[in-house]
Amino acid sequence: MTQTTQPPSPPALRLRGITKRFPGVVANDSVDLTVDAGEVLALLGENGAGKSTLISILYGLYQPDEGTVELRGQPVRVTSPAQALRLGIGLVPQHPLLVARHTVAENLALGGGSGLFPARGVAGRVRELSGKYGLEVNPQARVSDLSPGEKQRVEIVRALMRGAQVLILDEPTSVLTPQEADALFRVMRELKADGRSLIFISHKLDEVLAVADRVTVLRRGKVVGGRNTAGATREDLAEMMVGRSVDFTRKRTDSAKSETPLLTVRNLTALGARGLPALRGVSFDLHEGEVLGVAGIAGNGQSELVEVLAGLHASAGELTLAGQLLTGNAEERFRGGVAHIPEDRIHSGTVPTMTVAENLALRDYARAPLARGLARDLAATDTRARQDVEHYAVATPSIHTPSRLLSGGNIQKLILARELNGSPKLILAVHPTYGLDIGATDQVHRVLLERTEGGAGVLLVSEDLDELLSLSDRIGVMVGGELRGPFPVAEVTRESLGMIMGGAHPTVVAGADQGVVA
Amino acid sequence: MDNVFVEALVRALAVGTPLLLASLGAILNERGGVVNLGVEGMMAVGALAAFAVAVAPGGNLWVAVLAAMAAGALLASLHAFATVTLRANQFVSGLALALLGTGAAGLLGKRYEGAPLFNKVPDWNLAGFVISPFTVFALLLAAALAFYLNSTRSGLTLRSVGENPAAADVLGVNVGRVRYAAVLAGGALAGIAGAFLTLSYRASWADNTTAGLGWIAVALVIFVGWRPLRAILGALFFGVLYYLQFRLQGNSPIPTEVFSAMPFVLVLVVLALAGLRGQQGDAPAGLGRAYVRGER
Repeated sequence: MTQTTQPPSPPALRLRGITKRFPGVVANDSVDLTVDAGEVLALLGENGAGKSTLISILYGLYQPDEGTVELRGQPVRVTSPAQALRLGIGLVPQHPLLVARHTVAENLALGGGSGLFPARGVAGRVRELSGKYGLEVNPQARVSDLSPGEKQRVEIVRALMRGAQVLILDEPTSVLTPQEADALFRVMRELKADGRSLIFISHKLDEVLAVADRVTVLRRGKVVGGRNTAGATREDLAEMMVGRSVDFTRKRTDSAKSETPLLTVRNLTALGARGLPALRGVSFDLHEGEVLGVAGIAGNGQSELVEVLAGLHASAGELTLAGQLLTGNAEERFRGGVAHIPEDRIHSGTVPTMTVAENLALRDYARAPLARGLARDLAATDTRARQDVEHYAVATPSIHTPSRLLSGGNIQKLILARELNGSPKLILAVHPTYGLDIGATDQVHRVLLERTEGGAGVLLVSEDLDELLSLSDRIGVMVGGELRGPFPVAEVTRESLGMIMGGAHPTVVAGADQGVVA
Repeated sequence: MDNVFVEALVRALAVGTPLLLASLGAILNERGGVVNLGVEGMMAVGALAAFAVAVAPGGNLWVAVLAAMAAGALLASLHAFATVTLRANQFVSGLALALLGTGAAGLLGKRYEGAPLFNKVPDWNLAGFVISPFTVFALLLAAALAFYLNSTRSGLTLRSVGENPAAADVLGVNVGRVRYAAVLAGGALAGIAGAFLTLSYRASWADNTTAGLGWIAVALVIFVGWRPLRAILGALFFGVLYYLQFRLQGNSPIPTEVFSAMPFVLVLVVLALAGLRGQQGDAPAGLGRAYVRGER
């Protein structure tokens, strides 16, 4: 760790040896971190690196198992968000925590304000703060009518009204337009000039370089580095963030692939959950026998892309599979050769309370050979379940055990067995090895690669760049609903992918400019 | 002509009084995010408690009303414990308490069956309107509750807890305590509604004295969009229906049962209309859901 600044007074905030364990995971492992008054610290790390846990500890949502939090040199115990606010720690959450039906003034008066007409008193304070820091907010507006940027300003004003000296901004720009983001950065600089400390979380390295004084990088729960942003480049930050220490062996044999397009996607657009565009004109081809990796920071359209292909999400644009238009609902597409290994393996991939045998039959329990007329053939269902369990080495006490009692790896094998039963042409695999141990990961990888030899195409969405580099023939990166690439795997590195994920344009990344930009 | 109209209004106000009291109580706890289907039961125990105190030798009517409030709140405390502390399903708990309350009142009230009350709460004569003090109280309470919800810090806190408990929690509001208080107050008001029936309106005890009024109050809350002042109009509306039912019953070939069923049929019609107008959208956003910190 490089802590180059050595302030004369104790730092505004210091974390010492923060460790937080969850069953099976060490989310934070002896994390040390300091922020000075009048400083912006960027907290960097991939998803699952432990940033959220660390913020939750700072904001009193979790208690650390070990370690201390110090404010201006004094150890404090942050037992609740309200206590954090009293101590002067404010959080601007990624998703605003406001009462949508109430006015801005009512939201700001909640938990404070005068006994009678509480909302009336806050308007003056809002005007004062908005004048001082450029935080434009209309106190009479209803929160449900506000844009994401306006809601964010309400959150900032609220934290400042409570006297926050340390302000945590959790991916604040993820919901903002570029103009709104610039306005936010101006506010951040004002707050910094006013002597407050800011912790800024972002995956966008340009932004980090623009507003942060210093970065601290987390990987797998540990602080793996830190430096001043002065003189740093995006490459430096990307390298620190993705790391290079991990074993890098390519599992994929560079066998000759067919040049026949299996799946063609043309100008695909779709709206996300909040009605915002999630896919903005995605086009690519996936060839027979090919593994096409999709990288990207969560929430850039990967989930929507897979759901659209699986028939679970409405879209516009043209899709063909093996020369035929790909249409219909999820069941029809499965029968047409689309297998789906979903992101949430427990709740989307299985019915946790149903037995292993029932879960294995979910796709085709109503058809021969698992059904005869209107009746299910339970004997045939059990027989096939036993075969599947043996073939995929699903460790389960019995085929009649509820699937919720299985470990994550065994649930994933169960899903593979079910989805690959019909010899699909296209396999959509989302984070297929997330949280699995080495053995199970290896088996999942082997099964997927086996299928490509039979001519199936695999669309592999993963946040694990090592996994993508080790399995894919080509890798595309989803950024803001657009697909960058796909690039032949030989032309990308962890660093270049990390940079594209962070928003850099592919053409500036060395070695990637030969890629077919969709 | 004038007299008929005045009589209709007075009668409608009288039947509307328990509806208004009980629905104000339900508005209070539903604005805090807790559905209370147990209103009928809380009314029933309140009615019995009030009657039992009032008929006892030297029975004091004020004490009788307090007893009704305590009985309603006691039953409501079970609801609060089940739904807030144990996070049980609010609908199931409420249904159970409706049955428990009406059943317990029927059982414990056996010995008073058919007994009249001689010291009933005297009505007031306000410029020719003969009106129960309970009615005046209910009308004033509606205005007070509207002011409380919209213009006080405590009311804002309650509404916020009902809309987005996580947002309130983060700001240091004790969500559980607010919800307990709201549910207990709602139960106490249902108890007063019951007291009105036995101390004023009927001035006697009979099993099933609440006669489904608690259920109509539950529906009324939705009908009036969780707004106390509109609840006055809603209660009057159903009061008029009850009055018409009385008037038409004797003079028509249609069986009595049809008229008795009318309010409930109208509840369905009115709720269907409210649904068509999208009024369900007025429901507090956190209504019916237990709050668990950290769960999104």
